Amino acid sequence: MNAKHTIPFLERQSYRRRRLIDTIRTLPVIGGVLWAVPLLWRQSESADVVMTSDAIIYIFSVWLLLVVGGGWFARSLKRSDAEETERER
Amino acid sequence: MGTLNILVGVCLIYVAFLFLVAFAAERAALEGKGAWLRSPLIYTLSLSIYCTAWTFYGAVGYAARSGLEYLTIYIGPSLVMIGWWWLLRKLVRIGRSQRITSIADLISSRYGKSNLLAVGVTVLAVIGTTPYIALQLQSVTVSFDVFSSAYGAELTDAAQGSNALLVAAGLALFTIIFGTRNLDVNERHHGVVMAVAVEAIVKLLALTAVGIFVVWGLAGGVGDTLARIDASEIGQWQMRGDRWATLIFLSGAAFLCLPRMFQVMVVENEDEDHLRTASWAFPAYLMVMSLFVVPIAVVGLDLLPPGSNPDFFVLTVPLATGNDALAMLSFLGGFSSATSMVIVAALALSTMVSNHIVMPIWLSTQSGGASVSGDVRHVVLLSRRISIAAVVFLGYLYFRLSGGGTALASIGLVSFAGVAQFLPVLVGGIFWRGATRTGAFVGLSVGFVIWAYTLLLPSFGAGTLVSESMLANGPLGLGWLRPQAFFGISGMDPLVHAIFWSILLNTMSFFVASLVGFPSPLERLQGAQFVNVYEHSSTPQSWGGSLAQTEDLMVMAQRIIGAREAQNLFEREAKRQGMSGLLPEPSPDFLQRLERELAGSVGAATAHAMIGQIVGGASVSVEDLMAVADETAQMMEYSSKLEAKSEEQARTARQLRQANEKLTLISEQKDSFLSQVSHELRTPMTSIRAFSEILRDSDRLTENEKIKYSSIIHDEALRLTRLLDDLLDLSVLESGRVNLNMQSGSLKGILDHAVSSALTGAGADKMRVVRNDQQEDLMLHTDLDRLSQVFINLIGNAQKYCDATAPKLRIEVGRANAALVVDFIDNGSGIPKTEQAVIFEKFSRTGEQKVKGAGLGLAICREIMTRLEGSVEYLPGQGGAAFRVTLPEQVAMAAQ
Amino acid sequence: MGKNVLVIEDEPNIIEAISFILSRDGWSVATHSNGHDAVGVVQEAMPDLVILDVMLPGKTGYDILRELRSEDATQGLPVLMLTAKGQVKDREMAERAGASRFMTKPFSNAEVLNAVRELVAG
Repeated sequence: MNAKHTIPFLERQSYRRRRLIDTIRTLPVIGGVLWAVPLLWRQSESADVVMTSDAIIYIFSVWLLLVVGGGWFARSLKRSDAEETERER
Repeated sequence: MGTLNILVGVCLIYVAFLFLVAFAAERAALEGKGAWLRSPLIYTLSLSIYCTAWTFYGAVGYAARSGLEYLTIYIGPSLVMIGWWWLLRKLVRIGRSQRITSIADLISSRYGKSNLLAVGVTVLAVIGTTPYIALQLQSVTVSFDVFSSAYGAELTDAAQGSNALLVAAGLALFTIIFGTRNLDVNERHHGVVMAVAVEAIVKLLALTAVGIFVVWGLAGGVGDTLARIDASEIGQWQMRGDRWATLIFLSGAAFLCLPRMFQVMVVENEDEDHLRTASWAFPAYLMVMSLFVVPIAVVGLDLLPPGSNPDFFVLTVPLATGNDALAMLSFLGGFSSATSMVIVAALALSTMVSNHIVMPIWLSTQSGGASVSGDVRHVVLLSRRISIAAVVFLGYLYFRLSGGGTALASIGLVSFAGVAQFLPVLVGGIFWRGATRTGAFVGLSVGFVIWAYTLLLPSFGAGTLVSESMLANGPLGLGWLRPQAFFGISGMDPLVHAIFWSILLNTMSFFVASLVGFPSPLERLQGAQFVNVYEHSSTPQSWGGSLAQTEDLMVMAQRIIGAREAQNLFEREAKRQGMSGLLPEPSPDFLQRLERELAGSVGAATAHAMIGQIVGGASVSVEDLMAVADETAQMMEYSSKLEAKSEEQARTARQLRQANEKLTLISEQKDSFLSQVSHELRTPMTSIRAFSEILRDSDRLTENEKIKYSSIIHDEALRLTRLLDDLLDLSVLESGRVNLNMQSGSLKGILDHAVSSALTGAGADKMRVVRNDQQEDLMLHTDLDRLSQVFINLIGNAQKYCDATAPKLRIEVGRANAALVVDFIDNGSGIPKTEQAVIFEKFSRTGEQKVKGAGLGLAICREIMTRLEGSVEYLPGQGGAAFRVTLPEQVAMAAQ
Repeated sequence: MGKNVLVIEDEPNIIEAISFILSRDGWSVATHSNGHDAVGVVQEAMPDLVILDVMLPGKTGYDILRELRSEDATQGLPVLMLTAKGQVKDREMAERAGASRFMTKPFSNAEVLNAVRELVAG
């Protein structure tokens, strides 16, 4: 019933799909790490302070990256699912 | 003042438009044209109720005061959505497979369907949400106030209050109309979701429009805007790292745990696949929503006099620059944010209150239990409606009593922290099988007590609910218990402090209490179902249903989910079990599915209790079995699988036995067929022979006697003819050599004809026939004469056999499982269960032969319906005798 | 003669026919049309002869007859059984239940009259 336990060698498609899911699982971790970077920035008392405009550009770039990445992988997964449907169920 | 009137007008038109949208969506869904209503896009947009008025207006104020910290409120949910594969996917799958109706239902279901836990979660959710609803009402009235003062018309407090009351009443009305239109087994509300989606677009448009106006209209382009930001008082990055991290965690947690989010995300979810789209589309929505916040804040700080409330820059900046239309759009955006939040929150809370508090109380006051009490649907709907009104009114009351001051404005994060206490129990419940009810209860209690003590009470300000000395020195001088510095660790941000300790201690006590305690069998079964939701293996059963009376279950199910739905469900189940007719075997599998269906209407704990009342002690025996089973979870599953298998075998054996009994019965009837025919022919012949001999032999008969006896002969001869006709008819039908005379005609016409032909004669005035012209307004294409023959037979039977003092026959037309059905239901005492199986056989007549007939009528009906590719069946559990004629869909379609 | 005959039969037209034939011959005829309380009715009326149909609503003629035969008062009561089922096994059933005479429908009037006369006289 559960492919994980019974099929040791997956076909190429299933293998691709699993790695795709791994990527999707990693995305929030990447996002979390990138968005944690501001924790390292120096506070306003010190010299060489980060300007708000730069912070905005950085944070929104991360956002865009995650949205585009998430959208791309979700789409690929759907495509791979469509090919996979008969085999899975 | 003129602009103000326009504003009121626009508002009213907008509200009317929302009603229209919701109504159209409901209608489209009802007519089955609602595919587009349930696109991933609509799902994504409906999630936007996360962005309330607090974020629409408040984000700019937040940015003006604390720089980029406001972004955390959007970043948390974005991470949760991007990480859908981890948590949301599982949550949605569980929600759909277990027919979860609310977050309280989910938690209660997971932990052994404990109603106590459901009540606790419900109460806490109400406590956490009420201030938030108050906040929305406040934002609407204040934004209105901002508008009017810009035109020199100061609103009095009383006017503000009545504005808030009006808004509250309107929202309650909307929610009641579209949230409790019918008791949907799936708890889905197309109208509400559609309206929320429309409002999502409006608020996005509004905020973006103001942002574009500010960036390109006022600040002079992107480069200039960025320069202006850097030159402003929030121009430099200043962020406490602990707050940044904590708030991201908090908003992510709240996104999962807020009752209203759970409602749109899990309960209203139509297709798990929509999550795939929402996983990136919703973060994109949030990104756009937060994009223009800082520019608006910075320009507002520059443009408006010092001391202006930055919370309403979104409104005041367009107003100050004389851009009334934009201000109005912005007002509508804020209005949308507030209203959509209140609607969905009220819907979610009312479901919880009704299912977990009102219904259990009502059920326990019904001494006879669910199977004998009246129509539960009305009670459920009524309690939903009252709950909605109560929830919204509670919010209004809170708004009035708190005076709508700053205490309210800070409640957003406090509220988030409150519902975030559900997180450990929620996540633990779906990933860890060891989590127990006791653990959940202890964890939730600890979390909420600490939350209330460290955050909620101090949030009203020192000296109101918490005395200043207590804040400074701790309760009773216990310094380590100071509300904002536990264990003497001072200097932490109060919010971070409260979240850190409440979540930490909540999680720890949940964990430890789960480890120490021992779960009940039911908890362990539910735990396995939740944690292993992806494995579609045969799941452990919680019901052993051999004792259950399917007909009783049917009676109950009809009251809860409606007659038609219940009949469809039972018929589907019977088919799934490979049985004909409408009553499936009460297999554990079926009972579990039924329980889930009912849970959609009344909540898991209540449904469990209701079925328990009918099935009786069967669940106890399963629990006992489980308890005896091996301690380890694997062994437990193994044994339950075995049990399922033996149950399966027992069921097969039962079915075989049933089939055998039926075969024997039929063969006996075949045997006696000739003898039956002989009997039916000899009886009228006896009268004919006797009276013709009398007429022949006696010459002293009076004229009257002669007439009487010859008419008896005549009548009996007719009876013989009829019998022979019936026999011939049946043999032709059975041999399949029948020619169908296909014609088109209206169902109403056929029924008219059938009723008038069946009810001619003696009993015509005694039987009352109740029909519904609207339902019957259908064109059919089939053999109309044959169909009419069936109808005449059924109506005639009702007239002959219905033993009520005021006999009444209901004829109902409807659709079930893609077929047209016509039900004939009388109010007599019905047909006993033992005879239901044989009434369609030849020469079978029910018990008392009060009325003479050859007993071929129903057999002929059945043959005719088989030829017409439909069926006629006995419909159990309707009170009186009830027959269902089913016609294939194309019979009705072909004529259209 | 003026003897009493009780007809237990559920077809009204057949009751009518038998009543006519017998009363013309001087019998006084009582009728009853269901099986439930037929035994009680017989015991109460104590007729000289019972004409009993087999297919009765509530209880079959065979059962009624068996009950009558098990009571002292009605043990020897002449019973003429009528049935519309003319098979051999039906006759056997009737004999085993204790019928004095068995007759298949449709019958001739003279046949019934003769049977009644014989049973009451004998």
